[in-house]
This record gives sequence, C-alpha cells and structure tokens, in this order.
Amino acid sequence: MTANRLAESLLALSQQEELVDLPKDYLLSGSEDEGDNDGEREHQKLLEAISSLDGKNRRKLAERSEASLKVSEFNVSSEGSGEKLVLADLLEPVKTSSSLATVKKQLNRVKSKKTVELPLNKEEIERIHREVAFNKTTQVLSKWDPVVLKNRQAEQLVFPLEKEEPAIAPIEHVLSGWKPTSSMMPVPAPCPGNPLGSMGICAYDIRASAKLLNSSLLPLLPYRYHKVVKKGKAKKALKEFEQLRKVNPAAALEELEKIEKARMMERMSLKHQNSGKWAKSKAIMAKYDLEARQAMQEQLAKNKELTQKLQVASESEEEEGGTEEVEELLVPDVVNEVQMNADGPNPWMLRSCTSDTKEAATQEDPEQLPEPEAHEVSESEGEERPVAEEEILLREFEERRSLRKRSELSQDAEPAGSQETKDSSSQEVLSELRVLAQKLKENDQSRKQKASSEGTIPQVQREEPAPEEEEPLLLQRPERVQTLEELEELGKEECFQNKELPRPVLEGQQSERTPNNRPDAPKEKKKKEQMIDLQNLLTTQSPSVKSLAVPTIEELEDEEERNQRQMIKEAFAGDDVIRDFLKEKREAVEASKPKDVDLTLPGWGEWGGVGLKPSAKKRRRFLIKAPEGPPRKDKNLPNVIINEKRNIHTAAHQVRVLPYPFTHHWQFERTIQTPIGSTWNTQRAFQKLTTPKVVTKPGHIINPIKAEDVGYRSSSRSDLSVIQRNPKRITTRHKKQLKKSSVD
Amino acid sequence: VGEMETAPKSGRDVPPKKDKLQTKRRKPRRYWEEETVPTRDGASAGPPCNKKNRELRPQRRKNAHILKKSRISKKPQVPKKPREWKNPESQRSLSGVNPGPGSSPLPRSKAKTRSRLEVAEAEEEETSIKAARSELLLAEEPGFLEGEDGEDTAKICQADIVEAVDIASAAKHFDLNLRQFGPYRLNYSRTGRHLAFGGRRGHVAALDWVTKKLMCEINVMEAVRDIRFLHSEALLAVAQNRWLHIYDNQGIELHCIRRCDRVTRLEFLPFHFLLATASETGFLTYLDVSVGKIVAALNARAGRLDVMSQNPYNAVIHLGHSNGTVSLWSPAMKEPLAKILCHRGGVRAVAVDSTGTYMATSGLDHQLKIFDLRGTYQPLSTRTLPHGAGHLAFSQRGLLVAGMGDVVNIWAGQGKASPPSLEQPYLTHRLSGPVHGLQFCPFEDVLGVGHSGGITSMLVPGAGEPNFDGLESNPYRSRKQRQEWEVKALLEKVPAELICLDPRALAKVDVISLEQGKKERIERLGYDPEAKAPFQPKPKQKGRSSTASLVKRKRKVMDEEHRDKVRQSLQQQQQRHKEVKAKSTGARPSALDRFVR
Repeated sequence: MTANRLAESLLALSQQEELVDLPKDYLLSGSEDEGDNDGEREHQKLLEAISSLDGKNRRKLAERSEASLKVSEFNVSSEGSGEKLVLADLLEPVKTSSSLATVKKQLNRVKSKKTVELPLNKEEIERIHREVAFNKTTQVLSKWDPVVLKNRQAEQLVFPLEKEEPAIAPIEHVLSGWKPTSSMMPVPAPCPGNPLGSMGICAYDIRASAKLLNSSLLPLLPYRYHKVVKKGKAKKALKEFEQLRKVNPAAALEELEKIEKARMMERMSLKHQNSGKWAKSKAIMAKYDLEARQAMQEQLAKNKELTQKLQVASESEEEEGGTEEVEELLVPDVVNEVQMNADGPNPWMLRSCTSDTKEAATQEDPEQLPEPEAHEVSESEGEERPVAEEEILLREFEERRSLRKRSELSQDAEPAGSQETKDSSSQEVLSELRVLAQKLKENDQSRKQKASSEGTIPQVQREEPAPEEEEPLLLQRPERVQTLEELEELGKEECFQNKELPRPVLEGQQSERTPNNRPDAPKEKKKKEQMIDLQNLLTTQSPSVKSLAVPTIEELEDEEERNQRQMIKEAFAGDDVIRDFLKEKREAVEASKPKDVDLTLPGWGEWGGVGLKPSAKKRRRFLIKAPEGPPRKDKNLPNVIINEKRNIHTAAHQVRVLPYPFTHHWQFERTIQTPIGSTWNTQRAFQKLTTPKVVTKPGHIINPIKAEDVGYRSSSRSDLSVIQRNPKRITTRHKKQLKKSSVD
Repeated sequence: VGEMETAPKSGRDVPPKKDKLQTKRRKPRRYWEEETVPTRDGASAGPPCNKKNRELRPQRRKNAHILKKSRISKKPQVPKKPREWKNPESQRSLSGVNPGPGSSPLPRSKAKTRSRLEVAEAEEEETSIKAARSELLLAEEPGFLEGEDGEDTAKICQADIVEAVDIASAAKHFDLNLRQFGPYRLNYSRTGRHLAFGGRRGHVAALDWVTKKLMCEINVMEAVRDIRFLHSEALLAVAQNRWLHIYDNQGIELHCIRRCDRVTRLEFLPFHFLLATASETGFLTYLDVSVGKIVAALNARAGRLDVMSQNPYNAVIHLGHSNGTVSLWSPAMKEPLAKILCHRGGVRAVAVDSTGTYMATSGLDHQLKIFDLRGTYQPLSTRTLPHGAGHLAFSQRGLLVAGMGDVVNIWAGQGKASPPSLEQPYLTHRLSGPVHGLQFCPFEDVLGVGHSGGITSMLVPGAGEPNFDGLESNPYRSRKQRQEWEVKALLEKVPAELICLDPRALAKVDVISLEQGKKERIERLGYDPEAKAPFQPKPKQKGRSSTASLVKRKRKVMDEEHRDKVRQSLQQQQQRHKEVKAKSTGARPSALDRFVR
C-alpha cells in the first residue's frame, strides 16, 4: 500500500493538472485493498460514523462494496478481476455483433464528456487577469531594464541611434597595406607554427620591425644632430680660412697656428686612453699576458699625467693617493677579474669585490678634494667614526634614562655621561648628546606645563632677545615693564594656541628656544658671528656708496632724518601698538557676539521715575540670552582679527538649493570641487569634462528605440496579447496554466 | 546580465502569492495538506534551473515559514520591508511590486548620489593624471646659481654672472642712468616683455626692455607716485600728484580719473580687471578698467596709505599701516577681511608670494618677517636687518628681494613651495642710489630695481618661472594674439564680488541660505516634506489590530531601525580603529632612527 501511495505522490509531482482527480484514484485504490484487510474498512466506517456525528457535515453516500466471490446475475461486482469496470463491457453480448459498435462509441463519447466546472466569480477572474497580465508585462518590460540603466549611466548618448560597426580593421588589411620603408627592415617572411603565420609575419618580427621603425622614422637624435652641426661648422671654418688666406696671408698663418694648437690639445686629451685599437687589443690580451697588462697601465698613467691639471706642491701628497685610485678605476674591470680568477673564487664574491673597490674609490673621492678645508672635515669625520658606536650606545642609554626619569632634572644625566667617557673626542659628542636630551625633556615639560604660568617665561624670553641685541634704543624706555606685561599676555595666548599651530612654527620656536635657554656655546657663537657678518657686510658697504652718490645725498639725508624721527616716535609708541591692537580685537569680538535682548519695562509693576532702576530679579527674568555662536576663527591667534561677517556679495553667487539626488551639501561640493575650465586642465581633460550628455545630429529624425536596436527579437508584443484574446471563460485549470507559464 | 538579474527576482516575488492561492484552493482539502505541502513547494520551484534554486533557498524557507502564518493573515509581505530597504539594487527591477510606501525613493537617490560622487572622484583622478602627464611638456628648467664648493653666492657680483652667462642673457643686465628725474618706480607687464617706469619728477617711459625699443617717453610735469600697466602693455596707469591718469603706449593721455586723487600706490588685479588705488586720504578704491566704473571705495580708517600689495592667489589687497598692522581687503566688504599685527613699528613694505602662502613684511622696527597666510597668520621666520627694508618683492619661484637703502638683498628658499630662508642672502647688489621700486620680471631671471640713479635690471638666476602658458601670458605674442587674448580675458572676467580669502568659495554651497530656505519651506507647508514618515502599522482584522499589538509592531520597527544604527556606528568604529592601527604601525619609529641627528 505504501508503495502505491508513493507512486501516486510521484504521479502528483509530475502532473499537476490531475490534482483534482487524484482523490478519486486514491479512493479507488483504497477499495482495491479492501480485501486484504477488513480491519481497515472497519476503521473507515468508524471514522465515517464519527464524522457523521457532526451534524454540519453532509452525509456522504455510502459506498456499496460487497464481498462475494460469486457473480450473481442481479448484482454487479468488480471484485474478482481487480480491474475497473468499463461501461461498454456491460453491452457486450456473448457473441460480438457490429451493430453495437455505434452504441459503444456513443457511450464512450458520453463518458469522455465531463461535467462543466463551476465558473469562478467575476471579481476573482478579474483579479487573476490582472495578476497574470501584470506578471507578463513586468517580464516583458524587465527586458529593457539593462538598456535603460545603461543609457542612464552612459556618459554620452548620440542620437539618432546607429548600429556601430566594428571600427577595428582586421589585421590582414593592416598588414597588406604595410611595406618596409628601408632595407634595414625585415621583409615579411612566412613563419611556420604561428597563428599569424598566414599573414607572413610572426610576433617576434613585428616587435623587431617596430623597434627599427622607431629608430628610422623619428627625427634626428641629439647626438646625430650635433654631429651634423659640427661637420657643417668645420666646413664653414675651412671656407673662411681659405678666404682669409687670399686676403691676408699673415693672419691666415696665425689662424692656422691656432687651429693646429687646438687640434693638438684635442689630441692630447684623447691620447693614451684605452679606447684606441692598440689599447683594445691589449685589453683583451691583458687577461693572459702580464706584459700587456703592464703596458696598459703605463699608458693609463701617461694619460693621467697628460690630462692632469697642474697642482700646487703642498697638495701633491694627497693627490698621489687620488691618482692611484683613479688609475684603478680606469683599468677595465676585466683585468682585475682575471687576477682573481687565478684563485678561482666565487663569481658572486668577485662582483662584490670589484664593487667594493669602486665604493671605496667613491667614498674616498670627496676626501681627496684639493681643498684643505674639505680635507679637514673629512679628517674630523674619520676621528668621529670610531666614536660612533660608543655614541649610539650612549644615546640609547640616555634615552632610556630620560624615559625612566622624565621628571628629574637634566643635570643628572651629566655625571653619568662623564663617568663613561674618557677621551676628549667622545666628550664633545656627549655635549651634543646632552643638548639633545635637554631638548627632548624641555619639549615634554613645556607640553606639560602649557597651562601653567611658568611655561610663558621662555616664550617671553624668546621674543625678547632679538630687539635686545639689535636695538637697545627700543628697550631703554621708561615704560618697559608695561610692555613686558603686554608681551606676557600675548605669550600666554600664544601658548594656548601652540597646539593648533602648524608644525613649522613649532619647530621654529623650539629651535629658537633651545639656544636661548641653554648656554650652548658653539651654536650661539656661530649664529652671532653670522649676524655680525651680515651687519658688517651691509654697514661697511653703504657709507662708501653714499659718498659716491653725490647728487642724491641731500634727499638721502632727508630720508635718513625722517627715518630716525619715525623710529624714535615708534620707539615710544611701540607698546601702544600692542595695547591698541588688543583693545581693537576685544571690541571686534564684542561687536560680533550675538546680543542679548532685554525686555524689561522700567516702571512696570513697580515705582518708576528718574533714577529708579528695575530690580535685578526682574531684569534677569526678562532677559533673553542670545545663543552662543560658533567659536571665532581667531580665538587662538592673538595677533589676528579675522572678520566673521558673512560676505553677502559672494554668497549671491553661491549655490543655495541642493540639486536632486544629494542630501548633504558636502556631497554636492565634492562633485563640483574640481574645476572644469581649460585654465586649470589640460585640453583633453577639459574636453572630456565638458562633453555634452546628449548629442543629436541636426536634420536627423530621432526614432524611438526598438528591440532590434539593442539586439532583442521583436516578438514580445504577441506574448502580451495572448491573454487578451479570450478572456471570457477562465476556469481554475486555465488559471493554473497561465500561472505556470508566467512563472517560467 | 539583466535577464539573469531579473529572472530570480520575479521568481522570488511570485512564490508567496502562489502559495497563497494554493492555500486558498486547498482549503476544503485540509485533510492531507500536511503531507503534500513540503513536496509541492519543492516541485513548484524545482524545474527552472539550479542556480535560481540556490539563490532562492533562504527566501523560500522564509516563505514556508510565512505560509503557516498565511493561513491566518493574508499579507505575508510586511515583515519583508526592511530587507528590501537594505539592498537598493533589488529595488530597481521590482518596479512597484514592493508595497513599502515612501521607502523606495530614498535608497534610489542614495545610490544615485553615490554614483555621482564616484564619477566625480574618477574624473578628478583622471584630470590630475592628465595634468601630471602634461608636465612632461614643461621642458624648460629654472636657472640656478651655485657657489663653487661652499662659496657664498652672495659674494658673486653681477659682473661675474654676466660674464658666465650667454650673450642673450647678459644683455638682460643693464643700467639706465637717469639721475635727473629722481627715484624711479617701475612695473613689468604681465608677460614680462614690457617695462614702464616713472620718475618722481614726472618722467614716464615705457619700453620693450628685451629689444630696448622705446614705446613712449613723456614728462607729465607733475610728481609721479606710482606707475602700473593695466591688463596689457597698451595701457598705463600713472598715479600723479593730484589724480590718477591713464595713458596708452604712445604716451597719449586717455583718462584722468578725478575720483582717485592723491594716489600713492597702484595695484592691478588682472583676472578681475580691477585697478586698486591707495590714497593719501586713506581710501582704497577699486576701479573696474573694463567698464570704467568705481566698484568700491573703502575707507581704511588708518590714515595715509602708502604700503600696498596684492595676493596673486586670491586677489586680496594687503595694506600696511603705521600702527604695525597689515589689513586684508576685498571690494565686497566694507571692513578688512583680516587684520594682522606684524610689527611694533609702522609697516614699511609688504609682499605676498605667487602661491598666496607667504607674506613678507618689513617694519620700522627694522625687522623682516615672513608670515604664513594659510589661516594661522603666524610669523615663520624673523630677521632683524641693520637698516630695515623699505621695499619687498617676491619672484614667481619664491625668491624674496628686499631693498635696504641702496643695497638689494635676495633670499631663496629650498624648493619652490618653501618660504625663503633668511639665514643667508642668495645675492646682494649695491646700486648707485637708494632703492625706490622693485619688481621681478615674470618669466625671466631678471630683477628690475628703480632707484634714484635710474633703473637697474639685474640677473637673478632661478627667479622666474621657466615655462609660460602660451595662451595666458605669452611674451612672444603678436598683436593679433594679444587682441584675441584680450577678448577672451574679458569674457572670463571674474566679478569683483567674488574676491575673498578663500578663492574656492564659489565651489561651496551657501549653507546658511540653504538652511534658511529649508526652514521657510517647512513653515510654509506646515510639515517637513523630507522627513522620514513614521511607521504606521496597517490595521488588521479579527481583533489583531488591538492597541497593544499595534504598539508592539511599532516597537519592533523602531527597534530594527535602532539596531541598524547601532550596527552602522559599530562598523564605523571598527573602521576607525583599524585606521588608527594602520597609522600607528606605519608611523612606528624604525630602528635606524637613532642614527638620525
């Protein structure tokens, strides 16, 4: 039985239309099995009885199924055979007769006609129609989605639409038109085993020919150009010389001599280099022949000698070393390599060896400079070099220390350092080190103490010294204290703003601060020297000039006098400048602040009159406080007043309504931030940025897009019309079919 | 691809409906329903294709789940809404099937915005790449001067330089001895081809200084305070004792502008066609030379004005005052855009470099300072000069020149964008009289100095920009080209109101007006049209839309939204954390740092 059921369920899977009939089958098969187990039937009956207890249910017609093995003539039973009873069988007589065939047919026909199913009600039919039509249409239309999307996203649309033909010509066409322009180019030759072989050129050939093309078709290369120019010049010179000889033989002789001399000079410079024929052969031989090698070296030495400029005698010692170096360099690497080869070392090692020598040479080169100063420098470097390792260690140690004891004073580091260092050179290094450590600590401390008043002192100090040095005039005033106070105020504010300042300023401050706070003798001296130098340069020069400038001396004096006067005036007004500025700033800040609104009415609800003021409580009650505005841009810049007023004239030109897809102004700003004008862009970029979104050809009709244009077949309309044709009768079965087709 | 995309979606959308129908059909047969439903469901989705099947799996399970419910409620789609909301991609092809009202426009616009931003980004990158590539065409290299092994370049005098350079360049060094007509002011035209100078005693001349061809030479019989070329070399503005006069290159007086009287300094803003004049009466006047109208006359309220320079980056005028401040002006504002206290004495000279990054000032306190103009206005370096500088000028490549008495000092920076380091002068030169006017010649390594003894043109290697824009300012342009350029320049004239500290203000949205407009609109309509509609649960039948359940449903949606928000913020946090981590790893000090001194 289970097998039966399984088969049926399978059947149901494959044929959905028969779903309605299925229960009948099921029942039938149930009756078939009846004989096997009567208990089942009993159970069925019981169930029916139970269900019949429920009054609402329609009573089903009892099924007649009697169990009898005998076939009675009054009763019909299909039990025994296990087949379905066919109505036609009843007609069948004992003997077949043809007259009955028509009746049989009629019977069959009657049987095949089923009862007409109940039509669905109107609303339901309409709904189904709508649904199906909708699905169909969406399906048909969704075909256009990618096309629409593509067109929407396209950077440029050209109307009327045209089908593009592939613009790339096949390679055969290209190659057939190509001919070698010079004899150097390879003539196309068949190349077997190549996909391009039929065209006659293999890939390699193409590449080679491209190279040749480049070399032959490009304009003259620079060196070639110069060659040509040189030749032309020589010709011209020769002609001129010829002319000169005719006109003035003496001058011609001189000229000749000059030319000769020039030639000699040139020859001299060229001689004895290892570029000649002989030298080249020797270079090859040098690998195997000691003598040849020697000869070559001799020649190089000669070359060196000839090309060398004359040197001062005192520098000859250094120079010798240098020449040796250069000599080594000039000997071709091959020679050295062979020497090594006799030992047979690793080729990699060899490479490194030669490069080592090169490196050494290059390293020593700067040291070998003829200048004595440079030499000194290098010497000092040499001295430092051994110290370097120690220094690194020390520095590490120092850093660790400073990290651990940041709060401690910097003096602690000194004894530790001095203990460890013995020689004088390392002490120098240490002093530098100390300065470094000091700097580090100072930075930290200053950062920590920013808010405190101590931090301002260095700031003030920093600002002080410059005028102190240069202008005693300015600072020798009775009102100095006041200015200092003002300065402190400035300094404080500066201190706050330190965080936000860009780095260069900070660095500048630090670098300025350090020499002032630390008596770092050498650095200070250097700076001072420079300053004095500058002063010397300008002050010493200008008077001498003035004496020369006779006609303008009056005016000069005038100017000088005026300057002097102004300077003195300025000197006494200097502190006022700062105070005035601070005052102005304060006023500007006040003016830009939103004002509170006072709504108190004096005399309302209390005694009024002259000299009576509304009470503080009342005033407080009726005071509308203005909302706190955004912080000023110059809040942390003590020496600046920035106008916060809105520039309405500029605002009139700005965009004030966000265009459609944007929800935030920054999004829109992002899209317009790149300038598209040709002033800011290259021509290509400008053209690309300003391409129109839609291009139409004038005088052409723009037809609506068709399915063929985008590569669909145009049968989609007929699908739509299917449903419309016969909308009258629709039953559940139809519905199902439609549904199915719409899903697929 | 479109087909592939759309197919599963329609499939995805249809099954619930079908199920719904089936359940309806099967109602009388509920007896064996339990047995057939799972197989049926599989059968309905089975045939089409495997891939589709796979895609549908999560959805189908959900449907199956809903199906059980759907016996009770006929609308199974409602809980699907947030899911759809999340991937707007699916929204596109569904075309109205989805019921969520108001939810559909938002994601679409979002996607659109994103795509627009992406496009903008791509464009920007492409243009910058193209610009970088075109840098290959800038073939000329700037000149330079290097002392032989540590030699101070300041000690190299003009004679040495002239000897070393080629003849054409050597010809650019010359002296004009004009002792008769007093100290001279001078000005080069924008192309650097023409030179105009005016002596205090009325001598005005203009010449093509490269070929030394004199264009005009006149005596205006009045004190000349300043002289300036207008947009081209054909027009000259001369600040004379009483009024401002404009001459052409023949020396013919074209205009006498009496509204600008007692002018001491002139500046011309080439892109705005504005001639800015600073007068003794304390007024800063902007004259539009293209239409001949005075755009703005601003009272600086700081007494006599005789220190002025322009910022070539944003066309803001810098005025120096006797109280040590420098004020920044634009014709659109009655008050200064900014005021900077630079010196403790009066300001004697101001100059701004071509990138608008640095400002050099010198004051009566004999100090020369370089300020950072990028928002902080703090001095970057300060130097005290023995006599103080009376005149300052920047070159195109950032060299700074200061005229102190009869000595000219030039400082150079490390690179093009770096401020000039005042440690060591790059060049010095002594003139035959005190300096009265200074300007670097554009596109040439030449500095023009006007002094009481005449004009000196000196060579300063590395001063000028080596590559010029042939369409913008071409030193070799013909008359026709000049005319064409003039028309184009006039068409591209920038309105005077657009001058402000940030020249890119035009590329910004006026946020204040935007907010204001939004507020007004809300007021007008009575509601906020852009606000997201609060979730309103649909009424349901059979007593299921009780207040409690409604509240519950509302609560559910709210929670979902909240969860989304939390998820997003968490993601952002994680990202930030990652970035910080990446940064910290990137900035880790290497072991070799200890060798750095």
